[in-house]
Amino acid sequence: MRGLLVTLLMIISMAAQGFDIYEFDTAEQEQRYRKLITELRCPKCQNQSIGDSDADIAEDMRRKTAELINEGKTDKEVVEYFRARYGDFVSYRPPMDATTVVLWFGPAVILLLGVFGVVFAVRRALRRQLDDDEETL
Amino acid sequence: MRASIWLIPVVLFFALAALLYASLGRDTETLPSALINQPVPAFALPDLLDENTVHTEAIFEGRWALLNVWGSWCPTCYVEHPYFMQLAEQGVDIVGVNYKDAKDKAEKYLMDLGNPYSEIIVDREGDFALDLGVYGAPETYLINPDGIILVRHAGEVNAQVWEEKFQPHLPSSVDATVVPAPAAPMP
Repeated sequence: MRGLLVTLLMIISMAAQGFDIYEFDTAEQEQRYRKLITELRCPKCQNQSIGDSDADIAEDMRRKTAELINEGKTDKEVVEYFRARYGDFVSYRPPMDATTVVLWFGPAVILLLGVFGVVFAVRRALRRQLDDDEETL
Repeated sequence: MRASIWLIPVVLFFALAALLYASLGRDTETLPSALINQPVPAFALPDLLDENTVHTEAIFEGRWALLNVWGSWCPTCYVEHPYFMQLAEQGVDIVGVNYKDAKDKAEKYLMDLGNPYSEIIVDREGDFALDLGVYGAPETYLINPDGIILVRHAGEVNAQVWEEKFQPHLPSSVDATVVPAPAAPMP
């Protein structure tokens, strides 16, 4: 009974993976493949990685990713291959340039502004309290 | 002075709200193409109707052409097909890419609806489409006589899209005039 259940679960999980299992020469290459398909973004079904998506184009891109890795391409070269065809959009790690500088530094700038704001407010409150204390003296 | 400090978050709030409101309903499906002003990627693929003929990127030299990626499995392709028939009749040179399709189904599609294409490149595996940055069908490109991609349009091409996106790039001598031989009739 338990054996049957395990077999059933294995079949279901294999079906969920979409059956495209690629052969790699080394375990390291397979690791890189698994990492890359989570970092490449599916252009058709936005907000899914090509590893998550069932779209035709995601399947093609997984196939190409496996092919390129087997050809000995580095991770950078694989991402560059897709970027040349689909633009920066395809990578979940956008490059830093004039159009993305706000994305990269915006949060830090807002955080700094917040810190300054808090410091300013606290210091002013303290000073006022001191002033009040002096007045009561 | 004090009043103006309390205005800052209010102004920021309205600025953010305005920005987000302006972005509502914006088309996020259409991606900028990485291939604009780039040459057509290299390929060597057979013709749909004559498998002994192999087409390469050289077919785009010396002609203004549309490159239309289509498949008989693609619903929007049926929608835009009559417009391509009309364009072909007006003398616009259209090269088809039959994308991830079966030969018999593709042929039936053309038999039923007509063939607006001068040549049809068969891309069964989708490798050429990957090089073009295609992420679905239909997609249509405008290619100049130097083989450079000027326009990329994802989705249906209709009169409005043609006038707004494609026509401005075409020299008046090419628009609505026959470039090379018109589309070959279906056997």
